[in-house]
Amino acid sequence: MEENTVHAAETNELEEYRKRKESYKFRETPKAVRVLFGIAKYVILIGACLLVILPLLVVLIGSFKTHDEYITTNVFALPSVPQFGNFATAFVDGDVMHGLLNTAIILLISCAGTIITGTMTAFVLQRFNSLFTRAVKAVFLVAALLPNISMQVTVFQVINSLGLYNSIWAPCILYIGTDIVSIYIFIQFLNNISRSLDESAFLDGASYFRIYWSIILPMLRPAVATVLVIKFVGIYNDFYTANLYMPSKELGVVSTALYRFIGPYGAKWEIIFAGIIICIIPSLIIFITLQKFIYSNLVAGSVKE
Amino acid sequence: MAAPAKTKKRDFFDWLHGYTGQKYTTTLLFLLIPIILMILFTIIPAANMFIFSFQDRDQFGVNPEWVGLDNYKTIFTDTSYLSTFRNSLYYLAGSFAQQAVALFIAVLLCSKIRFANLFKGVIFFPYMMNGVAVSLIFRRFFQKGDGITNTEGTLNSIIQMFGGDPVKWLSNPDIVNWCLVFASIWRYIGFDIIMYIGAIQSISPDIYEAADLDGANAWQRFWYIIFPSIRPIVALQLILAIKGAVSVFEIPYIITGGKVGTSTFVIKTIDTAFTYQHVGLASAMAVVLLAIILVVTGIQKAFFKEDK
Repeated sequence: MEENTVHAAETNELEEYRKRKESYKFRETPKAVRVLFGIAKYVILIGACLLVILPLLVVLIGSFKTHDEYITTNVFALPSVPQFGNFATAFVDGDVMHGLLNTAIILLISCAGTIITGTMTAFVLQRFNSLFTRAVKAVFLVAALLPNISMQVTVFQVINSLGLYNSIWAPCILYIGTDIVSIYIFIQFLNNISRSLDESAFLDGASYFRIYWSIILPMLRPAVATVLVIKFVGIYNDFYTANLYMPSKELGVVSTALYRFIGPYGAKWEIIFAGIIICIIPSLIIFITLQKFIYSNLVAGSVKE
Repeated sequence: MAAPAKTKKRDFFDWLHGYTGQKYTTTLLFLLIPIILMILFTIIPAANMFIFSFQDRDQFGVNPEWVGLDNYKTIFTDTSYLSTFRNSLYYLAGSFAQQAVALFIAVLLCSKIRFANLFKGVIFFPYMMNGVAVSLIFRRFFQKGDGITNTEGTLNSIIQMFGGDPVKWLSNPDIVNWCLVFASIWRYIGFDIIMYIGAIQSISPDIYEAADLDGANAWQRFWYIIFPSIRPIVALQLILAIKGAVSVFEIPYIITGGKVGTSTFVIKTIDTAFTYQHVGLASAMAVVLLAIILVVTGIQKAFFKEDK
């Protein structure tokens, strides 16, 4: 059924192209020009990649230098002896270790929380059509438009009066409680899961909780994977939530640990560089292992939004 | 968690067991926590934002004073607030350029090319990177050496290799915003490229074949086939760019701290609330930002009603 409509759309596109074609004037490109274009393509792409790599390469080289080398040698000059001590300093003294640990805890709690509350919310909102669920849906739709960082002006007072200021629960509860994108991804996925499954299970005497738990949740697995990737990128890279709500030193996350380097290590860039490299590695590993999945889900998810 | 307890209770009421009853209880139980969270962290803050915007109050809200529209007047008359909107124009121009370049690279990557995946991966990776890391990398990239504690940064080193003189990128108010825009494009462009690639690849291969038979060249393929079919996405991206341009925060906040005329509206809002403790004024700024976003969303919805 669905394939047919897609096919029809494609034929339409083709027909439209044929109609438009009447007004086009096609000319064969000379071979020399085509070869030139062929080379230019690679030059442009290699240039673009160099633009990405150069700033990173300087950081990588710098992270292995001694402080003397940093202040005397060119940014592209390799260190005479690679120094691994910068990494140790950044990891232990620079609190990157605590940052990674706290980020991991926050990720774990927020992801678990989002998956449980998000799938439950989506289940009710998508399956039960009542005035109440429609109202909740509408509020979520409006809430998604609120500017996240500016909202902290007044969210701050709520967090403060709940006694969550300077605690690891502040970011966790905000990541769970204000994540509307995930709910939408779950709802979209549920649109494609047939209701006849729930209905037959219900007639067999299963409660709605059971239907949710043993039928819906397992089928939502691909959507959960999408949400996990989006959550990882969002939380691992988020700076302002932690910066605002967890000012104490031992509550640093990856972002704030790096940000705090600017103070005490302001003049010791080789240590900052090492910190940057350590913080990028987890992202790099996830990117390399999940590349295809990230392209299709991260991007597709946001376009649908 | 509360579900088992409720299940027992249900045995006492027959109707609760039925279709409607279960619908009510499930709706209530499943939405309980999300709705509490939504009230706490969305509805109350949003309502407060509107109320506070008419008040003069500090972070603790002791003796707030009603000041009517004074806060809004300040935003639209004080040049230090208005100038942040001018900075948004840099980012708006930047994101238009970003869309053009992203589309161009996406077309290149969709043509017959070797190592397309490698190119794609390298250009996309900055999107995955921590924003603080990106900002620090660009602090170094644009750094001006002082001969004592810092050597020339990456860009100045390259300029010197070609015999040029080093430039004070981040302390010259005429160019610093462009530097920040560049860092921002560097970080986000990979996302747009992947999105355009997806759109281009969803065009039916039949059309390409037909065009090949007609003898269309690369430019004609782009102009007559690719562009018409992805025009809605490009238009959507350009509208979204307005939202992005007024919401810029992280990169200027970390690279320059909003100094040298690089402050943005959001940085100003945050500073007003948490550094200067003018919560009333900051709330009014948040309302203004929300109003801009709502207008843009309205335009977007009006233009893109048919294709969802």
